[in-house]
Amino acid sequence: MNGGGARPAAFAEATYPTDLSEEDSLAGRQIALIDLLDRLLNGGAVLTGDVVLSVADVDLVHINLRAVIRSITPDSPAPW
Amino acid sequence: MNRPTTEAGERPGAPAEAGKGSGSPAEAGDKAGAPLRPVPRPPAPQEPSGGPGVAYVYALGRAGAALEATAAQLTGVRGGPLRTVTAGSLAALVSSVPADAFSEEGMKAQLGNLAELEEIARAHHAVVEAAGGGATVLPMRLATVYLDDARVRSMLDERGAEFDELLSLLEGHAEVGVKVYADARAAAGPPPPDAPDPAAPPVSPGRAYLQRRRAQRRTHRDAYRAAGAVAEEVRARAAALARDRVVHRPQQGELASGPGENIANEAYLVPADRIRDFQRAVSAAAEDVPGVRVEITGPWAPYSFATPPPVEGRSA
Repeated sequence: MNGGGARPAAFAEATYPTDLSEEDSLAGRQIALIDLLDRLLNGGAVLTGDVVLSVADVDLVHINLRAVIRSITPDSPAPW
Repeated sequence: MNRPTTEAGERPGAPAEAGKGSGSPAEAGDKAGAPLRPVPRPPAPQEPSGGPGVAYVYALGRAGAALEATAAQLTGVRGGPLRTVTAGSLAALVSSVPADAFSEEGMKAQLGNLAELEEIARAHHAVVEAAGGGATVLPMRLATVYLDDARVRSMLDERGAEFDELLSLLEGHAEVGVKVYADARAAAGPPPPDAPDPAAPPVSPGRAYLQRRRAQRRTHRDAYRAAGAVAEEVRARAAALARDRVVHRPQQGELASGPGENIANEAYLVPADRIRDFQRAVSAAAEDVPGVRVEITGPWAPYSFATPPPVEGRSA
């Protein structure tokens, strides 16, 4: 009984769920803008507000965005 | 609280409450001695020195302490103080924003500028996130703007029954994002160093290039196939735990971060008490599959499930 005294600690260390620490780091990280835009431009309740952004305008936003980002970050070419 | 269902659909009459007072003019005029007061007009919403403001709507939910607390704690887009606009049992979280910057033209200009778009998006999300922490909320799409609070109120009145139903469906649920990536480089092992390998046998540059291309195409194809299989597995596992699913476009372009190619980008509506199970089950789908990565985001407020009116059987 007391011979196994060291075991629980070692056991706990070995099986400590790695996804816990992963989750923690996920929570501490800033949300990626693209994940946010997926939801804010494609999701969310669509109401006919008094200022209407048509779907076409939203697409325009995407297009403009690509141009903007290309112009500010030197794009590293894909390896294939 | 319980609105008659007939109000959910089109109402034949013009919006009765919007902008009008209560009593009919004929009645009011008959009151002897009572000064005939003009119909009380709501004060112009907010006229800060920068010009008239318009009402930016972040989210709506059931009126009550939770939304009030959010309004008291946070500021909105451009630092404007939040307030609630209440109609019946519902309330919207609103802040004033400059009318010129949030006109149709102004908005196009703003949203086309990445820095400004990001600022609005993060401010919007911060409000939704805070409100969603204490209550079930229906997030609005980015840049939902009304001329004034009265217009927000009449919107809540007109669609109250629909919102009420949606809020009931979403109650106790959160959105979890799942993305599946094919990463050929991960499948092929560590990326080759930039400098040519000095130990490599002398091969003509052209032939070496072709060999490399062929190998890359092969790993790329394999990783892509494996990712497709994982995406299927993810769907099956998620379906057992989630209540609904929405498919987003795979993320592309320079905003898409991280290695690999996004081949599936989905959102699931998951009961709050199953979120951890969901995360575990879904992330395990890519375990030991080289070249495939599953990324889980959230839990989010139910952005992706606030769009259309709920349709039974939208997902199997």
